[in-house]
Amino acid sequence: MSTPINGNARRSFKLMIVDDSNIMRRRIERSQQFEELQLVGSAANGVEALELFKKTDPDVVTMDLTMPRMDGIECISQLVALKPAIRILVISALADKATAVEAMEKGANGFLNKPFTDRQLNEAIAELMR
Amino acid sequence: MLYEQELKTFVDGTTNFFEVAAQQPASIGSPYLMEGSPAVHEYTGVINISGKREGVVYFTAPKAMLTVLLMKMQENDFSHETMRDLVGEVANTISGNARRDFGRDFVISVPSVLSGEKPEFPHKPGQRSFIIPINWRSHSAKLVVSLT
Repeated sequence: MSTPINGNARRSFKLMIVDDSNIMRRRIERSQQFEELQLVGSAANGVEALELFKKTDPDVVTMDLTMPRMDGIECISQLVALKPAIRILVISALADKATAVEAMEKGANGFLNKPFTDRQLNEAIAELMR
Repeated sequence: MLYEQELKTFVDGTTNFFEVAAQQPASIGSPYLMEGSPAVHEYTGVINISGKREGVVYFTAPKAMLTVLLMKMQENDFSHETMRDLVGEVANTISGNARRDFGRDFVISVPSVLSGEKPEFPHKPGQRSFIIPINWRSHSAKLVVSLT
């Protein structure tokens, strides 16, 4: 069952998933229920995410923080510099307030702790798109 | 000497993963102490800790438990790499809980994953590890907390 985002009936948003865990990437792809979100690709670290961004120009990103090569905080900074209107949902096991604040200051729009339920994921995405 | 609240943080991080990711809570067996560290299962996720405390915390689980956990998470890939990925995510959750509760008193590493090997870390003479059985469905894993 798909859920419309914010009444934007036919507009589609390009989604990029960034996480070094294959399980988490597949989980996010499988669990998100918004028919307007079209997955354009997944990346396992910040470097891959920037390369994929240049090829696919996503509108919405889910972003892990602890990753090899380039972490999520640095990647958020670079993505926001390239596309200020991009919407980024951080999905991380780092549960401390300081990390969430740092991510938001770099330009993230939402924060979801791992592990998460399908409902929590979809509520966080809906909030991101408001 | 470990404080009860510190142990609780590590235990909660572990059980929270089962409760949320698999929608089925795990139960805790009777914790016990032993010198050195216990035998490990097939897959182990490890975090190293320094600062106020020094040592390791690890979650070690049998393949059969991880397979059922993956099924409950709607996962279709049961490869060796996916098993490693899963114990890494459990360790990641334990690490995230510890960072939230302990703040800067603890320096917590990015989790690492071992397949069948015991984590290697310097034991002080007489150092004991807390072993907390984590029971889920018909399976049992261990959370090992070895800190000074």
